[in-house]
Amino acid sequence: MAEITMTQALNLAIDEAMAEDDGVFCLGEDVSAKQGGGVFKVTAGLTEKYGEHRVRATPISETAIVGAAVGAALAGQRPIAEIMLMNFVGVCMDQIVNHAAKLRFMSGGQTPCPIVIRTTTGVGVGFGGQHSDMLEAWFAHVAGIHVVTPSNAADARGLMRSAIDANDPVIFIENILCYGLKAEDPGKGYRVPLGKAAVAKEGSDISLITYGRTVLDALEVAGELEKEGISVEVIDLRTIAPYDEETVLASVNKTGRALTLHEAVRPFGTGAEIAANIQEKCWDKLKGPVRRIGGTFSAVPFASHLEQAWIPTKEEIVGQIKASVGKD
Amino acid sequence: MAEIDRDKLLDIYTRTMKVNRTDEKFRELLMQGKVAVMYYCVRGQELVSAAAMAALEPQDYVVCTYRGQGEQTAKGIPMEKWWGECLGKATGTCKGKGGTMHITDPDTGIMVTTGVVGSGIPIANGLAMASQNNGDGRVTLVSFGDGAANIGGFHEAMNMAQLYKLPVVFLCQNNRYGEHTAYADHTDSPTIAERAAGYGMKGVRVDGNDVNAVYPAVKEAVDRARAGEGPTLVEAMCYRMMGHFFGSDFSYMPPEHIEEMKKEDPLPKLRKVMLERQFTEEELDKIVADIDAEIDAAVQHALDAPLPDTDEIYKDVLEEVN
Repeated sequence: MAEITMTQALNLAIDEAMAEDDGVFCLGEDVSAKQGGGVFKVTAGLTEKYGEHRVRATPISETAIVGAAVGAALAGQRPIAEIMLMNFVGVCMDQIVNHAAKLRFMSGGQTPCPIVIRTTTGVGVGFGGQHSDMLEAWFAHVAGIHVVTPSNAADARGLMRSAIDANDPVIFIENILCYGLKAEDPGKGYRVPLGKAAVAKEGSDISLITYGRTVLDALEVAGELEKEGISVEVIDLRTIAPYDEETVLASVNKTGRALTLHEAVRPFGTGAEIAANIQEKCWDKLKGPVRRIGGTFSAVPFASHLEQAWIPTKEEIVGQIKASVGKD
Repeated sequence: MAEIDRDKLLDIYTRTMKVNRTDEKFRELLMQGKVAVMYYCVRGQELVSAAAMAALEPQDYVVCTYRGQGEQTAKGIPMEKWWGECLGKATGTCKGKGGTMHITDPDTGIMVTTGVVGSGIPIANGLAMASQNNGDGRVTLVSFGDGAANIGGFHEAMNMAQLYKLPVVFLCQNNRYGEHTAYADHTDSPTIAERAAGYGMKGVRVDGNDVNAVYPAVKEAVDRARAGEGPTLVEAMCYRMMGHFFGSDFSYMPPEHIEEMKKEDPLPKLRKVMLERQFTEEELDKIVADIDAEIDAAVQHALDAPLPDTDEIYKDVLEEVN
């Protein structure tokens, strides 16, 4: 089978869903053919196939975009809204948190809100403080939302199909640095279930729990440490919330050690929640404290050496793992 | 403008009185201490919501606010379900999980009641967008107050609705107060309706206390929307005769203004119109008596109804996790 990039994977998944269900449509800034099919080209070619009503280029109006997605979902459609960059979700948090997330519950189950909010972010592309944040913890803290992020093209295709299928809101985070990653195309109709983590690499000494772009770092580090006799199990959460607790706990119960890793800043991050849960539920199996690695607690800087210093480094991951297993 | 036909007038009268009697009953229960919940009184605004709901078809969608009793009861939510929800009972529209500020009843077309000022406006666009996408011919009406016309979402939604010519009607019930702040203290533009021009949209301002003004204006807006001619912003001038919520201080409302506005009370005005159109006192009183009896039965049903099971807090959070 041919290889596809993550951009192509997402495009294929959306295209398939639109072909199968007239209720699936896209809306967002610059998404239609006139503007080139989205700033990262994820929706390229869809206007030509499905028309401008189903690929709606919107004004720069994040609240109106998500509000419209919510309303259309209440009427039985399955909108895919694009918020061009994750930092802009602050503009439309009311619609996401007060409405999309709660309308199923507050209506006693009468009005589910099946929307997908696609958004992009990522540190390492020189976008500076207002275009680079990973804000998944904001959403993970609100009941009623799935938060999903793929680390590879195949998962991207499968997770996007499942996100569109889901009868609840999904925040779908696309890391800009992952768009070009290639994988073998898993083919039409491929789905990766929401809420199911992948054991990206099996290991026996420590569980490294991560998601998104940092999965790549985790796998690289795990490969290097293997040569030094340290066996790292890498868990790619894929769905950040609600996350696959079963897979995480099973792994930690096996290895007895855990390290959480994410690009988002460390304080109050999702790693803190996972670490706390592991301490509570695997206490008798733990051989040491659960460790956490996250981005620096500052705005993401612009200058490339500062930006690189901001991101969790492979040296830091190696250092934490060695400290954890007592080989530092 | 053609005269409103008698059947429609009777329909509007019935809906108006249903709103009014429900409001009176709610305040009575609160004053008697029989219920203790948040309630946003609609006294003075009954006609606007009743006439607007009478301009819609049963399948049309409505989005309203926490002060949405008028739209909800006038659109036809069964009274037992409505009261059940307001009293937090398992028999309510939302199993007691929404409450007075979050009434949803898709069977009646009440799709969202939002507790966040102005937030329903962008959502109404989405309902209308779905109708435009699938060609179901439905119109969406969103009701909000003058205070809501100052949030960003209002402006974003107006622009988007006009851009796409969505089948939506924006009904601003200008009751002269945004929570505790008088219109002149929160807005310097003379009217809300004139803002429509800024989006290329049709905007009209009408006397919300006059059935012969408010019904035709909303009806025309609904007809335009259904015909694919796009949205209309209708500003209906009315007056919130009480404080922001039941029991709240309203010393910021000048007593002389309240007295002045009482002369504009839509209910005696509507009754006068009805009598002029040869409805009899007896007919009109009978309608009110029937409504009262229906409300009394519904309230009793709700008072007697069971509370939701505690397990409900875990349900309807996410379908996939339930």
